[in-house]
Formats: sequence, C-alpha cells, structure tokens
Amino acid sequence: MNLSKNLKNIFLILVASLVLNACATQKKTTGQLQGDVYTGNDTIEYLASGVPDRVFFATNETVLTTASRETLRKQAAWLRKNSKISIVLEGHADERGTREYNLAIGERRANSAKDYLMTYGISSDRISVLSYGKERPVDSGSNPLSWSKNRRSVSVKAN
Amino acid sequence: MILRYLIILLILIPIKAFALIEVDITRGNLSPLPVAVSPLSIDEKSKNSFKKILKKENIGSEISIIVENNLKQSGLFNPLNKDAFLQKPDIANLKPRFEDWNLIKAQALITGKVTFVDEKLRVEFRLWDVLAGKEMMALAFTTVPSNWRRVGHIITDKVYERLTGEDGYFDTRIIYVSEKGPKTNRIKKLAIMDQDGFNNKFLTLGNELVLTPRFSPTNQMVTYLSYFRNLPRVYLLDIETGLQEVVGDFPGMTFAPRFSPDGKKIIMSFAKDGNSDIYTMNLENRIVERITNHPSIDTSPSYSPDGKHITFNSDRSKYQQIYTMDSNGKNAKRISFGNGIYGTPVWSPRGDLIAFTKLHKGKFYIGVMRTDGTGERLLTENFYQEAPSWSPNGRVLIFYRETKTNSKGEGFSAKLWSIDLTGYNERMVETVTDASDPSWSSLLSN
Repeated sequence: MNLSKNLKNIFLILVASLVLNACATQKKTTGQLQGDVYTGNDTIEYLASGVPDRVFFATNETVLTTASRETLRKQAAWLRKNSKISIVLEGHADERGTREYNLAIGERRANSAKDYLMTYGISSDRISVLSYGKERPVDSGSNPLSWSKNRRSVSVKAN
Repeated sequence: MILRYLIILLILIPIKAFALIEVDITRGNLSPLPVAVSPLSIDEKSKNSFKKILKKENIGSEISIIVENNLKQSGLFNPLNKDAFLQKPDIANLKPRFEDWNLIKAQALITGKVTFVDEKLRVEFRLWDVLAGKEMMALAFTTVPSNWRRVGHIITDKVYERLTGEDGYFDTRIIYVSEKGPKTNRIKKLAIMDQDGFNNKFLTLGNELVLTPRFSPTNQMVTYLSYFRNLPRVYLLDIETGLQEVVGDFPGMTFAPRFSPDGKKIIMSFAKDGNSDIYTMNLENRIVERITNHPSIDTSPSYSPDGKHITFNSDRSKYQQIYTMDSNGKNAKRISFGNGIYGTPVWSPRGDLIAFTKLHKGKFYIGVMRTDGTGERLLTENFYQEAPSWSPNGRVLIFYRETKTNSKGEGFSAKLWSIDLTGYNERMVETVTDASDPSWSSLLSN
C-alpha cells in the first residue's frame, strides 16, 4: 500500500522534473541571454563589493527570475548591514511597447523587487519606487540583446 | 493673453449659388480635385503697410500659399501651378473669366483681396465653381495683422467645409514633445505649433522629463506628465498664462491623462504598489473618483465624445488589449481580439471609431476599429510607431514614429507623421526638432 503510494509519488516527481527539464532546454541560452532575460554583466554597477545593483526581466514579464532573487538577497543583506541607507528602485521597460503601458510595467517591475526586499526584512520606508517606462534605456540598440538590458529594475542609493 | 487678440469677426456675405462641385471624401487622394488658388490681390498702400509690420513683401501671396499648402496636405485637392494662371488676382476676384480657368483644368477657384484698414487686416475671399461658372461662397473678416497665418487657415477651413461637407481642421494647433540628445538620455520639452508646423514655441525648458501632453477639447488647457522633482505626476497647464498645477494629491505616479469631452474632468492612471488603475478628477470641485479596481494594469483611458463611455488599455487577459466600459467603470468588456497586442485606444471625435496602436510579429501598426471591436482596419505598418491623436473633425490621425538604430546603436530619431482615415496620404509632419506624443487641438475659431 504505502510502497505503491511512495512509488506513485516518486513517479510524479520524475514526471515533474522531466517537464522542468524540457522547459529548461527550450529556453535556449545564447550568449548573454537565457530565454530573453539578460544574464550578462555589461551594464551592472555595484552598490558594494559583490552586490549588483540591478535585476532583469523577460519581455512583458514582471516576475523575478532565480538570478534576480539571488541579486536581491545580496542587496537585502547589504541594506541590513547599512541601516541608514535608503534606496530608489527604478523600474524600466524596453522600447517595444507603448509609452503609457511601459510606465505601468516599469512601476510593476520595481515593485516586484521592492516586495522581495521587504520579505527579507527591509522596511518599506527605506524603499521608494520610480518608473521611467522606456524613457531611460541603458543600451540604445534596437535588437533583442539591447532590449534585454533595458528591461530592468535598478536599486539606486537615495542618500 | 494670446487668444484675446486672436478673436476674429466673421462677416457673412449672402451666398447665392448652391453646391455644384463636391469632393468625394470617401476615396482619399485617388483623384484630388484640381483647384486654382489665385494670390489674394492687394493695393500698393496696404502692401507697404503690411510690409512694415510683418516684414513680408506681399502678404496677399503669402496667405494664398498657406491655403495652397493646406489643401495639398489634405490629399483631397491638387492646387495648380500659379505660373499657368492667366487672369490677374484683382480682376479674377471681381469676375473670373471661367474659360481661362477651365483651360488649365481648374474645377474650383479661390480668389480674394487683402486690405489694411484701421491698423487691421481685412480679408475677403470667394470660392468659384469653374465648370458651372458660379460663385459658391463669399466671406470677409477682419483681424490683427499678426494673425495673418490664421487667416490662411480659416480660409482653408471654409473652403474645405464647403467642398467636402465636413468640418475643417486647419485653424488648429498641435502640442507635442520636442526631443533631442542621445537615446539613453533624451531631453524633452513641451512644444506647440500650428497644424502646418509654423509658429513653433517651447513651453518648458527641458529641465525635467515631460510626456504625453493632451489638449482640452474646450479651451487652451493642456494636461501632461512631468517628472518635476523626480515625482512623475499629471499636471495641468494653461498655455495662455503659463500657470500650471499638479492634478490631485496622489501618493504615487499618475500618468496617461486625458480630458473629458466637456473639459471638466481629467481621466488618468494612478500606479500604486505595482498596480495601475483608472481615476478621474473633477477640475471644478476637485473630487477624485476611482473608475477601475482590478489587479491588472489599466491605463490609456479615453472618453467617447458623449462622455458616456471610456475605452482603455488593460492586461487583465494577460497581454495588453483594448476594453470599453461605462463612464462609471461598469460593464467593462474586451473589444480587441485580433492577433497581437493592442494599446493606446483613442475614441474618434465622431464617436464611431477607436484608433489604436498594435504590435504583431515585431511590427507596429496604427489602426482603427468600430467601438464594438469589429471592422479592424490597419492604416500603416512600421518598425515603431504609436499614440494616434485625431484631428478635430475625425478625418486625420497624427502619431509618432521612431527609427531602428544600427548595430552601434546610432541613428535614432523620432518624428511626427499623419495619415488619412482611409489609409492614404501618409506624410511626415515637419518639426524643428525630433518630436513625439502629438495631440491635436480643437478648431480655434469655433
């Protein structure tokens, strides 16, 4: 009885991991892109040694990737150590969208980062949010790699 | 301040003839009507007076050139070359020799006269049906000389109205965002110009980012987004006095503003904690109302001309689509169901269509659909273009287009373009700098 149930669970887990693997292989890693999320470090600046200042997003997405969450945990640790510092989260979009919707999606991206920092103990009064939509790209190119660098939320020291 | 001097007296002279020629406006520019715009005649004394004040050699010719250009830009008329005109302007205005005008294939003829009277500019003009040999319209009005360009636009509006049966759109202005500098750090200023690109004026200095200016349909107010002090908020600007104020007291970004058709409310998005919803603020009693309450992004609201409905952009079905709802936020329903994603819906001043931006397979389109989402028609395709704004008669759309940069990220530009509702007559609108986010005013002389 129990054994067969356990077997069934194992089977389910196997199936699940197969599906996950399939997903992972579909998301091709080409150079500095995984799917269409930027994974390079061309544009990144550092808030402190080992603390990158920005996270990147997929097209039309505002959810944090695994890499983004890792970056934000480093930021949270740094903010906990430096309790006097406040930050502005600047949310951005790429140029492939209408201006007004991009302002909204920039705000949503910055808030995704804010929410995550808050779950790691950073008080909301130390974090403000500012959306630039597509107004301040870091890369002026008109290609998927440039766009991936521009879909970002950047933590900027406010004081 | 400016507008007080812009008031124009219209004196109507009785019109005898009825319409004999007509422009078929449903066909766009396939066969534009050949029209002769005779230079407005002017006596020596008036000519010299205007020369002193306006520094123009012959103001009569200058005004007729404005009319000619306007008619040509509309795509519905083909102004004939003046070198072929046989009759002198002063005599033509009294009694055209129709055989002469017929010979150069003109079907309509515009003649007129400018005089300097009591420090004012007085203009009279006539529209003639060449084939029937009859006068179709005669009008006269008086204004301050500095209004001479508007005189040309008003003449065009009257001729256009008489020949097409629709309101004109030439005595109007465009407010837009003037751009310069590198793509990564554009400097943006509010700017305003006449519909034909003249009389350009900057309204802000470029110290802070400004976006999406929109004209009030009823007066000289403009609403726009400013990043003043790094707080993106919707502002209200009186372009006559230069006074401006923040709209409402929202604890976060407000954006995507537009006026209600009666000019009494501003409708906009307010973003908080990652969610954008639609709000209105009544400019008379300052009451703020929440119109949508949905966890998705709701933005780019635009009223129907009767004020009873709102079209807006939402991603509540995962991607950006166009919705309509009642003005109180009830009965929201999706109307865009074609392939691709849709944004920036704008209700036509005629009420029957919604213009939009569409992104499909990496291309951007400007299009129109009926207000129930049927009858989608794409007017133009490009690498990047968006944000259509209607001419006040609902005939022409103005929008902006950005270029693709090269492999080094160079070659970026943003320009204004216009296109006829039929999809014909697409043309670049000249601006002194790069430009985006155009918004068309109502007719000034109404």
